[in-house]
Amino acid sequence: MNNGLHSMENYLSGNNLEYFKSCLLPGVVNPTSKEVAEKLGTLKNDSVDKPYFFIGAGTCGLGAGALHTKKTLLGLLKSLHLNYEIIEVGCIGLCFAEPIMDVFLPGKNRLSFGHVTSDKVEPIVHALLNHDQAILSQALFQYQSDHLMKWENVPFMEEYPFLKKQKRIVLSQCGIINPLSIGQYIAQSGYVPLAKTLKELTPIEVCDIIEKSGLKGRGGGGFLTGKKWKFALSTPSDQKYFICNADEGDPGAFMDRAVVEGDPHKLLEGLIIAAYAIGASKAYIYIRAEYPLAIAHLEKAIDDLYLWKFLGSNIFDSGFDLDIIIKKGAGAFVCGEETALIHSIEGKRGMPRPRPPFPAVSGLHGKPSVINNVETLANIPAIILNGSDWFNSLGNNNSKGTKVFALSGKIKNTGLVEVPMGITMREIIFDIGGGPKNNKLFKAVQIGGPSGGCVTNEHLDINIDYDSLKTIGAMMGSGGLVVMDEDNCMVDVAKFFMDFIQRESCGKCIPCREGTKQMQNILEKITRGRISEKGNDALDRFKGILQLEELSNTIKETSLCGLGQSAPNPILSTLKYFRHEYEAHIFDRRCPSGVCSELVNFEIIEEKCKGCTLCAKKCPSSAIKGTPKAPHYINNEKCIKCGQCLKVCKFGAIIKN
Amino acid sequence: MKIEINHQSINMPAGISILDACKSVNINIPTLCYLEDLFPSGSCRMCVVEIAGMKNLVTSCSTQITEGMKIFTHSNRVIAARKSILELLLSNHPDDCLYCDKNNSCELQKLSAELGVRNRNFSKHSIEKEIDKSSPSLVRDPSKCILCGRCVRVCEERQTVSAISFIKRGSQTKVTTAFDGGLNTSNCINCGQCAMVCPTGAIVEKNNIKDVLAALSDPDKVVVVQHAPAISVTLGELFGFKPGSDVNGQMTAALRKMGFQFVFETSFSADVTIMEEASELVERIKKGDKLPLMTSCSPGWIKFIEHFYPEFLNNLSTCKSPQQMMGALIKSYWAKKKNIDSKNIYSVSIMPCTAKKFEAGRAEMITGGFADIDAVLTTREFAKMIDMFNINLAKLKPENADDPLGKHSSAAKLFGVTGGVAEAALRTAAFLITNDDSKVQEIREYRDLEGIKELTLNINGITLKTVVVSGLANARQVLDDIKRGIKQYHFIEVMTCPGGCIAGGGQPFGLDKNRIISRMKALYQIDKNEKIRKSHHNKDVAALYEEFLMHPLSKQSHELLHTSYKARTGY
Amino acid sequence: MSKQNTSPSVACLLKKFPKANRGDLIPILQYVQDSEKFLSKSTMMEIGEFLKLPLSKVYGVATFYNQFKFHPPGKYQIQICRGTACHVEGSSAILAALVNDLKINAGETTPDGIFSLEVVACIGACGLAPVMSINGEFFAKLTCEKIKHIIQSFRDKETAHE
Repeated sequence: MNNGLHSMENYLSGNNLEYFKSCLLPGVVNPTSKEVAEKLGTLKNDSVDKPYFFIGAGTCGLGAGALHTKKTLLGLLKSLHLNYEIIEVGCIGLCFAEPIMDVFLPGKNRLSFGHVTSDKVEPIVHALLNHDQAILSQALFQYQSDHLMKWENVPFMEEYPFLKKQKRIVLSQCGIINPLSIGQYIAQSGYVPLAKTLKELTPIEVCDIIEKSGLKGRGGGGFLTGKKWKFALSTPSDQKYFICNADEGDPGAFMDRAVVEGDPHKLLEGLIIAAYAIGASKAYIYIRAEYPLAIAHLEKAIDDLYLWKFLGSNIFDSGFDLDIIIKKGAGAFVCGEETALIHSIEGKRGMPRPRPPFPAVSGLHGKPSVINNVETLANIPAIILNGSDWFNSLGNNNSKGTKVFALSGKIKNTGLVEVPMGITMREIIFDIGGGPKNNKLFKAVQIGGPSGGCVTNEHLDINIDYDSLKTIGAMMGSGGLVVMDEDNCMVDVAKFFMDFIQRESCGKCIPCREGTKQMQNILEKITRGRISEKGNDALDRFKGILQLEELSNTIKETSLCGLGQSAPNPILSTLKYFRHEYEAHIFDRRCPSGVCSELVNFEIIEEKCKGCTLCAKKCPSSAIKGTPKAPHYINNEKCIKCGQCLKVCKFGAIIKN
Repeated sequence: MKIEINHQSINMPAGISILDACKSVNINIPTLCYLEDLFPSGSCRMCVVEIAGMKNLVTSCSTQITEGMKIFTHSNRVIAARKSILELLLSNHPDDCLYCDKNNSCELQKLSAELGVRNRNFSKHSIEKEIDKSSPSLVRDPSKCILCGRCVRVCEERQTVSAISFIKRGSQTKVTTAFDGGLNTSNCINCGQCAMVCPTGAIVEKNNIKDVLAALSDPDKVVVVQHAPAISVTLGELFGFKPGSDVNGQMTAALRKMGFQFVFETSFSADVTIMEEASELVERIKKGDKLPLMTSCSPGWIKFIEHFYPEFLNNLSTCKSPQQMMGALIKSYWAKKKNIDSKNIYSVSIMPCTAKKFEAGRAEMITGGFADIDAVLTTREFAKMIDMFNINLAKLKPENADDPLGKHSSAAKLFGVTGGVAEAALRTAAFLITNDDSKVQEIREYRDLEGIKELTLNINGITLKTVVVSGLANARQVLDDIKRGIKQYHFIEVMTCPGGCIAGGGQPFGLDKNRIISRMKALYQIDKNEKIRKSHHNKDVAALYEEFLMHPLSKQSHELLHTSYKARTGY
Repeated sequence: MSKQNTSPSVACLLKKFPKANRGDLIPILQYVQDSEKFLSKSTMMEIGEFLKLPLSKVYGVATFYNQFKFHPPGKYQIQICRGTACHVEGSSAILAALVNDLKINAGETTPDGIFSLEVVACIGACGLAPVMSINGEFFAKLTCEKIKHIIQSFRDKETAHE
């Protein structure tokens, strides 16, 4: 119970320690050690004295209706005249089970329920308060403890299939603690690594520890973090900057969002330690504007840090000053690139520039600057606390530690997955993810976003680390994993990524700006309908494919920045493994998965149609016409190929070809 | 350090770019977005080279050499890449080379020929974009723009005006003014430095040849022409002469062949400008009033002050530029002398400057109901007309300009180069103050291409703090220093274009430093050789005052030869 | 030089940035747009003058980023996510349904000024794709059916207000 305070007492003393105690217990004059220890115990949530309810209120939870759940819960608890606490927590990463509600009753383990829409609140609460065991079958898992009563027939968190193979370092507290409470973070030994760093280690020692740990940049760059810090540390300058890249522009990636929403102090602690390690007195967090909740939590966390004097001047009496400023991105994927990000902070158009000089030598305002991703920084406190050998022992020989992946798409268990490096893709997709949903056939998993490639059936046993993925033409990227099944068209996926790149290209260099436009044109020709088919169009389309490969080389070799250099990857990858789909589009003019809308038609079979008008009523684009009791017909120009009509027709009168 | 270029081992100083290293051993790497004195932007990727051991190709403009580097500038891989990049550009570029103003002087055209682009490998997807004809000096055609950014950087960094910038991004990127309005809605000063660096025909000067040809074939019009001092030492370059040759006589002959009835020289009115301005300077020094006096012959500079530093408007000399003074004199003094009705005179000027087209159209430049100048042609347009008339400049016998507006002192010729106006003004001012012609001759301290040149002179106990500026980034610096009280001057010469008119926005394309130096040296050579070296020694100028203007700064002078300015908005 | 007519609100907003320099341009644009809902010509001119930045640069920066709008948006700003997971789960059909329902294309506002439709980059709720947000409120696991109801509920809110 005393751990949090005991450790802190080693590093704080005198006035600092008194101030710390007064922050922990605001309003209490001269709190005693016992009072402080008790407060820390309460904050630790090891046990509770009244019912606690935790609602997953990250962006996912909110999207699934968590606020309605909370409102219903509040109303219910008030009507029951109970003492209670409701705490909003971040994403635990079980997106498939949102909204999630945890119930923590005095004396018993904390219990987690999924799919708790507002209608499920009352049955769950009533059942638990009335000791009705039947409700337990709906529970996801229970939290393990050594001093509280366990629930019967409920798996422990560590046994729960989705979480079993995970090793949570970065996500250890997400969805569990109150992200807005600095006290809770401290109670879990938070800010002890920072205190240890400032009191016992020199900047070069910190760099050494991080380098020895083998931590590599988690944003996709995969560069040895400690080494990067050393470049900046060894460059003399009157001012240095540390920048946290929380732009998370990769579509399909939401790891950073979860960390910033659910455990902002972990990121901030890592950032402060990192700034100290390179000698920066000013740090920026560049976070995308599309994450308003994360920004709000970050702002509150930073305010608290200033209040507690963990930021500002002379932190922990060490002589180290640091200010953290939040900069909101304004909607440009390219600003995830280091030099573009720097220009954005400088108030310019987010366009990259040639490197060298590298930012670690000449970055923001021409001063040495290090840019690290959120996940990279979130690993720092644990490494300082547990040592570089500990981190080194996780993972495999070229990639140490864990990686957080965002699993989404056509898979049963969507969510956040933190696993040791080296795990196979098969384990992630099938053991953790539960395999494709709706009993569909797995086709591919896209890794690395618009810069990445796909992993197909034949490579499912590949070890996920920085180097192995490159051998099959894919890359780790920031960690977005989008699963595709037999109903997805890989040509459409390639087109999607090219559209994305075209929209996000900054336009500075010719190969990216013009080259990707040409690639987009070629893909559009392939997926375009047969409106006016000329004799040699098929040959043209095939030429286009050959051109794609040539063009890809030019773009890869000559683009100014990573966005351009990796823009052809999705096309090259899908061409390699799904060439037959491309050829079907080109020569047969059909889309095997039935996705490319101009190559797919929905039709009503006249003989089978009873004129029940159900399809016409359901059609969201008013494309079906017909009089009641007479056969209907579909206007293909208005049809948006959503497939609703096929789903609702009771007479099998609608076909897709 | 030791490096290898195309298998040849060479020693190079550290800290230079691969591009410069190759250039120094006569290996030329093609570029499109590169500008010598500005930080490389790395956007066109044309200058890529192969480096042994590096996966991707690197841009030679932005990469510095390292010890032991092995560079391949023209390997198959490199040439294929450059060709591909060009082809991509061309897929987006209009095909109307034959109709384009830059036909034969377009860098994109040249590169395509060099790299042997003969097939259209990529589908065309150029979008028709509106041409901006709003400015009196420049025409913008965004569909020809390859987004190299040279114009933006020159406008921002060399001139500190930033009338144009990149907007939007990706394939939607465009170079344009704020809110994508016409150039005339912005604070563009018309200097044409953007046109000088544009590799394609995206920015060119407004073409007034048609108007001049119409006048030339109008039997009722008396078409007269003047040409600026810088042109005679430049034009020859386009017709096979060695850079720095003075083709004044041949130009005069050519003009007459084209049908211009009277050929005058702006250098004459430059002498008049000196008479007026030197007197103005002496008067202000005596009164201790409105100092520093700032020269007013560079219309880009005038518009710059009107937009950005209106608080200094009173410091500008009220003298018109030589072009405008000549225009006013032609339609008054000369018309009277020749008994020609001014309304029949069509007055053309040939200038190394695009801003002069704007200046000629200013509302203040109407005297006695007539526009001082009816049409302005740039050096480039003049060269085009010589071609149009199939004139072989080299074979012409040199002729003299027409009196009484044709003779000039060599001080007037110095107007073409930075420092020249100051030198000319001080030669005369010194005489006006001391009545002694030996006080000031050549002022060598003004004679180089530096952007800011300070000089303090002492003339009979009067201390004259002067500074000569070219390029408006430098002008801004000087003005800011004056505002902050750090500097004080009595006399400031400002030329908009870095180096002066010899590097003006209307001169032949391509800012080749060596050629500019030859033009500069040619002007100094003329100064050395001439007998009449000071404006107040020009007998025709003396006659002008005696017969017509009475004396400098007279009422008549003020009416014809002086002007006023106004603060401007526009962003 | 004549001064532009200063709208009181923008000048007040700019007071929040007393020692502003170029690095504050984007935060200022964001802050002003949050309040004014979009960036008008005169707003950008004021900001340019405030920061002593050429207007072409202000406009150039503002048009680079997706976030900035130059026309008044609708009362309810519908933002549909175009991320990979959302696409794979059929977000194009959702967009088509919205276009059909609202009778406007992406990037436009309904003539009555109630709805504007935008396609935005990844919202980060990929686990619950397809996703959209309306004035910051998130809606997940969308279907064409759900869209109809959601839009209708907003329409009902509007008529209730009248």
